[in-house]
Amino acid sequence: MPDDILYSIRNLTVEYKTRAGAVRAVDDVSLDIRRGEILGLVGESGCGKSTLGKALMRLHDGPASITGGELVFDGRNLMNLSLREMPDIRGAEIGMVFQDPMTSLNPVQRILDHLTETIQTHEPETSIATARTRADELVERLGIRHERLKEYPHQMSGGMRQRVMISLALALRAKLVIADEPTTSLDVIVEAKFLDLLKELQKEFGLTILLITHNIGVVAEVADRVAVMYAAKMVEVGTVQDVFADAKHPYTQGLLKSVPNIKLDSGDLYKMGGQPPSLLHPPSGCRFHPRCPFVMDICSVQEPAFEPVIGDHLASCWLYQKAVAEKTTGKQEIRHG
Amino acid sequence: MARQRPINEKSASVRIATAGEDLVRVEDLRKHFPIQTGFLATLLNRGNIPTVKAVDGVSFTIRRGEVFGLAGESGSGKSTIGRLVLNLYEPTSGRVLFDGIDLSSLPEEEMRRMRARMQIVFQDPLASLNPRMPLGQAIEHPAQIHMPEFTAADRRKQVLEMFHAVGMNPPEAFYDLFPHQISGGQRQRVVLARALVTFPEFIVADEPIAMADVSVRAVLLDLMMKMKEEFDLTYLFITHDLATAKYVCNRIAILYLGKLCEMGPLNEVYGNSAHPYTHALLEAVPVPDPSLRRTEAMPAGEIPNAINPPSGCHFHPRCPLATAICSVEEPLWREIRPEHFVACHHAEELLK
Repeated sequence: MPDDILYSIRNLTVEYKTRAGAVRAVDDVSLDIRRGEILGLVGESGCGKSTLGKALMRLHDGPASITGGELVFDGRNLMNLSLREMPDIRGAEIGMVFQDPMTSLNPVQRILDHLTETIQTHEPETSIATARTRADELVERLGIRHERLKEYPHQMSGGMRQRVMISLALALRAKLVIADEPTTSLDVIVEAKFLDLLKELQKEFGLTILLITHNIGVVAEVADRVAVMYAAKMVEVGTVQDVFADAKHPYTQGLLKSVPNIKLDSGDLYKMGGQPPSLLHPPSGCRFHPRCPFVMDICSVQEPAFEPVIGDHLASCWLYQKAVAEKTTGKQEIRHG
Repeated sequence: MARQRPINEKSASVRIATAGEDLVRVEDLRKHFPIQTGFLATLLNRGNIPTVKAVDGVSFTIRRGEVFGLAGESGSGKSTIGRLVLNLYEPTSGRVLFDGIDLSSLPEEEMRRMRARMQIVFQDPLASLNPRMPLGQAIEHPAQIHMPEFTAADRRKQVLEMFHAVGMNPPEAFYDLFPHQISGGQRQRVVLARALVTFPEFIVADEPIAMADVSVRAVLLDLMMKMKEEFDLTYLFITHDLATAKYVCNRIAILYLGKLCEMGPLNEVYGNSAHPYTHALLEAVPVPDPSLRRTEAMPAGEIPNAINPPSGCHFHPRCPLATAICSVEEPLWREIRPEHFVACHHAEELLK
């Protein structure tokens, strides 16, 4: 594994057992998270993005289970660890920030105790005084006055609570923070400030962030690269510059055109036909084919491979597959002949 | 040609005002909610119960045929205004005139009849629909109440036509389904159909697309605009999303802590925002284009507590332009450019 890749996800499949049968919420997904980057993971509700985020920490339980694939984090395949070893990774090496901080924080525990408990659980040799000093310094850096450490979660605003969540991830100097819709419950101005903070932390701490969101604007604002999921499949990955300027997958193209842009002067929003499919009975071939404006015969028959289109820009679409491209160029040659 | 409410000889007459006239007039509207305290505290503070000033002196008019946007952050009072406008809440003071009629002066029975002319669409369609009522019945229900002069067969025909109007075809296939059997986007279509079945003139749309998936939002917005033409509607469009508002609103008002800070034609407010809060809100909206990343710093803090709002201008503790006067004197609501109203002591500085 090249050294610049922190987390390499290979052919990951996560299934939920339901009464109607097994649902693959993440189906054969491969993705690299590079050191020090903010990687945006976007998709609509039910596309499997949150399931993927949880699987990265092997946090699934109940009806969900990882049924295939490798999770190579910092040189170790986490799938080879026992579940008893996982808590050493969670929190300490991979932190997580959820959409609703109120349900992630203990309502009857002071903020300070959240932090010192986290530090002492993972580093039992740390004295309470040292843990407190570290907590003080950390929250101060995140824009929370240290007097507020005495408060309970309900006494803080939504933005402050989300900062506390980030501080919990940073308290143990996690290498990777998975942020699942961290700004969705925040107002725009607070959201903008939280995104600024993420960018600062990325630079200062060399933090790697996987930002899971349905908000395309948020990704454009902070991410270095973007990964797009549709119906449990990865459909496109590339740098934000490449993907936003020249999206390859028709789903990404439609998605980008249907998002309101406050800076654009005119133009109607693109209206994508249909709706995301049920994962109980996903469409055959490429899962986007029933909604795709460029659908070809092969699309409903065979699934396209997820492969590079140009350089680092990957997509899974028959429009760009080498096999098809060769066929078309072949035809052109015949015509020229 | 707009669809007309079907008329028979027993139908109530409906006043028809022409486009451009004021349809809704809100005058110095206030809604203060008392804060629940303990019995003893209430006893000791008799007559002096603290209140949340959810809406505190708001005036505006909505013209017939326009889409009037009302935008603000959570807790700004925008949804409370939506309910006050429909007389679903009783105002603490001030009044709402609908087509020239003071709603609070109407006797209950007349208000009930008036409701046929005004409807509301909420954010969460699943919460708005009875889970045990078939979709067809849900749409028919308002017609049953407001159009008793029609036979059941007529109403069924009407309901099927509504399904068709909101793009749920074939209508017969949806009539007997339940809300959980259709998608979120379709549910919002049903809610819209139900709102339209009495042929209202005015619809309050309270974050109508906020719950929908990204790829479905544009389709729903488009449907709402089509319905506006087809049914000759006027919308009060309540949203926290200024980017969406841009695509639908003719005029917009920005709300902060229960007070209006700016109002005007959409392009004027967006292009020449005269209130520092509007300016910050517009800057904060994430733009789906990595080459247009925001560089401007955001105002400090978060929206304060509405129980004890800051003195003077409510925005002054967070405002980059604040001076001594801002914490003392509440700025006047004034017309800074034609049709463009603002409440800020330093509006001219932003317009420069």
